[in-house]
Amino acid sequence: MPLLKNGAVIDDKWRRLADEDPLPGTDAVIVTLARWRADRALAGRLGPLGLALKNSEPVQALAEELHYFELVVLEFPKFTDGRAYSQARLLRERHGFRGELRATGQVLLDQLLFMQRCGFDAFEIAKGQPVEAWRKATASFSVFYQPTGDGREAVDSLRRVLGGRA
Amino acid sequence: MYRYDEYDRTFVAERVAQFRDQVRRRLAGELTEDEFRALRLMNGLYLQLHAYMLRVAIPYGTLSSRQLRMLAHIARRYDRGFGHFTTRQNIQYNWIKLDEAPDLLADLAAVEMHGLQTSGNCIRNVTADHWAGVAPDEIEDPRIWCEIIRQWSTLHPEFSFLPRKFKVAVTGAPNDRAAVKVHDIGIRMHRNEAGEVGFEIIVGGGLGRTPMIGKTIRPFLPKRHLLSYLEAILRVYNEFGRRDNLFKSRIKILVHEIGAAEMTRRVEEEWALIRGGALDLPIETIAAIAAQFTPPPYASQPEGVAEIDALRFGEPGFARWLKTNVAAHREPGYAIVTLSLKPEGGPPGDASAAQMDAVADLADRHSFGEIRVTHEQNLILPDVPRVALPALWRALTALNLATPNAGKVTDLICCPGLDYCSLANARSIPVSQRLTLRFNDLARVHDIGDLKIKMSGCINACGHHHVGHIGLLGVDKGGEEFYQITLGGSAESDASLGAILGPAVSSAAVVDAVETIVDTYLAERRTGERFLDTYRRVGAEPFKERLYAAA
Amino acid sequence: MSKAQPALQILTANRLADGAVVYLTAVGTWATEIGQSVVAREEKAASALLARGQNDAATAVVVGPYLIAALEGAEGPRAASLREQIRAAGPSQPVADAVATAVGLAYP
Repeated sequence: MPLLKNGAVIDDKWRRLADEDPLPGTDAVIVTLARWRADRALAGRLGPLGLALKNSEPVQALAEELHYFELVVLEFPKFTDGRAYSQARLLRERHGFRGELRATGQVLLDQLLFMQRCGFDAFEIAKGQPVEAWRKATASFSVFYQPTGDGREAVDSLRRVLGGRA
Repeated sequence: MYRYDEYDRTFVAERVAQFRDQVRRRLAGELTEDEFRALRLMNGLYLQLHAYMLRVAIPYGTLSSRQLRMLAHIARRYDRGFGHFTTRQNIQYNWIKLDEAPDLLADLAAVEMHGLQTSGNCIRNVTADHWAGVAPDEIEDPRIWCEIIRQWSTLHPEFSFLPRKFKVAVTGAPNDRAAVKVHDIGIRMHRNEAGEVGFEIIVGGGLGRTPMIGKTIRPFLPKRHLLSYLEAILRVYNEFGRRDNLFKSRIKILVHEIGAAEMTRRVEEEWALIRGGALDLPIETIAAIAAQFTPPPYASQPEGVAEIDALRFGEPGFARWLKTNVAAHREPGYAIVTLSLKPEGGPPGDASAAQMDAVADLADRHSFGEIRVTHEQNLILPDVPRVALPALWRALTALNLATPNAGKVTDLICCPGLDYCSLANARSIPVSQRLTLRFNDLARVHDIGDLKIKMSGCINACGHHHVGHIGLLGVDKGGEEFYQITLGGSAESDASLGAILGPAVSSAAVVDAVETIVDTYLAERRTGERFLDTYRRVGAEPFKERLYAAA
Repeated sequence: MSKAQPALQILTANRLADGAVVYLTAVGTWATEIGQSVVAREEKAASALLARGQNDAATAVVVGPYLIAALEGAEGPRAASLREQIRAAGPSQPVADAVATAVGLAYP
């Protein structure tokens, strides 16, 4: 599955670890929350660790443990299921997660901008032209009405800073 | 009313360009229908019974004359010469072509309009009291808050894929004309003991398959906290709203299943973490938006108008119209005028392009260029000097917009039904037409008095039948169109849901049934009692007896 | 919707570009006149029609093809259900007449 990050398709150094598989040496592996909870050995392990969170698993339960993970993977089982947008914002804006935040599942090119605004910076894209889609998505709007953690200034803030309506 | 600035204009132009590209990709086969559907719905484009239907947003039901002329142009250029005004203050066109939709949206953008978020599982058009800004009982203009919410909810990246659609209504007066208790979020402006104006936040109301009255989760919210509080509610809904069953995915089901107390707890818990942050509303922001809703330059008006008195005695038609379609305005010498889109035998809520153009001219001449759309599918000229009433009445009569039936038996709320909608079980418009023909005696209409009949062609309740004094619900019984009757609903501050009267009646019998119900009221009423009052006093029995006894 | 399940079925959809209601014809084209639709008289033929429709949906010709019950008429097939009759002919007569009157209203 092509991985889109920073506007390019890159090699994915991560692999998913099934819950019943033994821990490999120092490979970059992604574990489920169930595995993380069950396997205390993970915390002390050398090697990058990623967490795959289901969209029904609350983010706040992990607040104190996020520093263990370089990567958090969130899921859009169907593109119409928008729970991961909230999860992403909470991870970035409330819990200060600084690692890679990856969108998987049914990730459609027309949702890239929404996802990026919520804090996603990596995307597993099943079909289409990821690089072109990214360029288009990030260029499609210059006006944003609500503040998120994406660093863009929302319209209301701009109006006040520039002293009134444009 | 709100005028776009450069940011707003840029945004809406960017949105049109984005949609143009999406349509191009769809027509070229680069997007499947599954992928494209959500995108076109978020621009208001449905695939409906006859063709693509476009729902254009009319934010809080307020239009300028320029915008209304554009709506007329859209009807002529892209559709079949008329539009339908809906129960959420929007307008619908029924025969739109996909390959012309981008140009249509570009035309709308030129007058600061769009179809954004009039469909899809996102936050929809925020509706308001159609007398906002001019009602004598108003505490504050709710449209200021509707506009603030509108901007915050526009292309909100976190809340564009909710479990289901999300509808918000705001009332700025104690008499709720915005039906806030049957919305996903209803906001009622009021004063606390200290005299400060704030919001009562009501969550989980709604009609449709499982109608419910909303629950107050926050009795008084100071203004600056409005957006952060709404964000907390939406986040809780996004996380916990059901996604396993289409018919149980509105927030009203969540509130019902976990209870109002638990809902309040979850919202307050989330809100505690975001209040006072980036969504805090600064005074300057509120003031800047409020400045867009200042009253027009009213001129001082003469005390009495001799012409009105003369006409009232000379022309019974004018007297009736004055009584039903002209309401008191907060500014002395002015009036709020309802333009009835429920003429005898007409399709309710429709206006032709010619009528729209004419109303735009009348608005310029008599109402400072502003028009309102009500959720009861009529139009309003909100700021008419009383001296202009005779001339206005004559002009409206010529346009077939002066039927003196506002709030009366023939002022029906009616969804498009099986004639236009693929969800419907039964036709609603022909029934409505027959009702207006049966009750065409205006003296009788006035004698019957205040009576709200609301009709839906299916259980999705777009005609709001649950909150009709008389509600009619189209059902399919063995392939035939039948109508279930409910009595006693109300969408106002005394909100209640109608109760089913008895077995559904056939299409052939439904108009007779309504007449029997009306006759029962006339027989039972005490002086001064409206239909709803009598029903609440005597209950369903007298109506049941009369209606089903003969059968 | 009719109680009985007639054996006759035809395939309908909407044309993608303009949204027009269309019916699959015997030669594989899409016509706006229901009288020109090809009739499937048993399940196998109906499935074949649906497959052709889905193929045209996948190639961006039409959207949302589905089978509907049909009756034989003097001028070709007609729709069995009220809903599909309205879809074929447009809004029912009283509505069409009322709208025509409203739209034709002269602007003074």
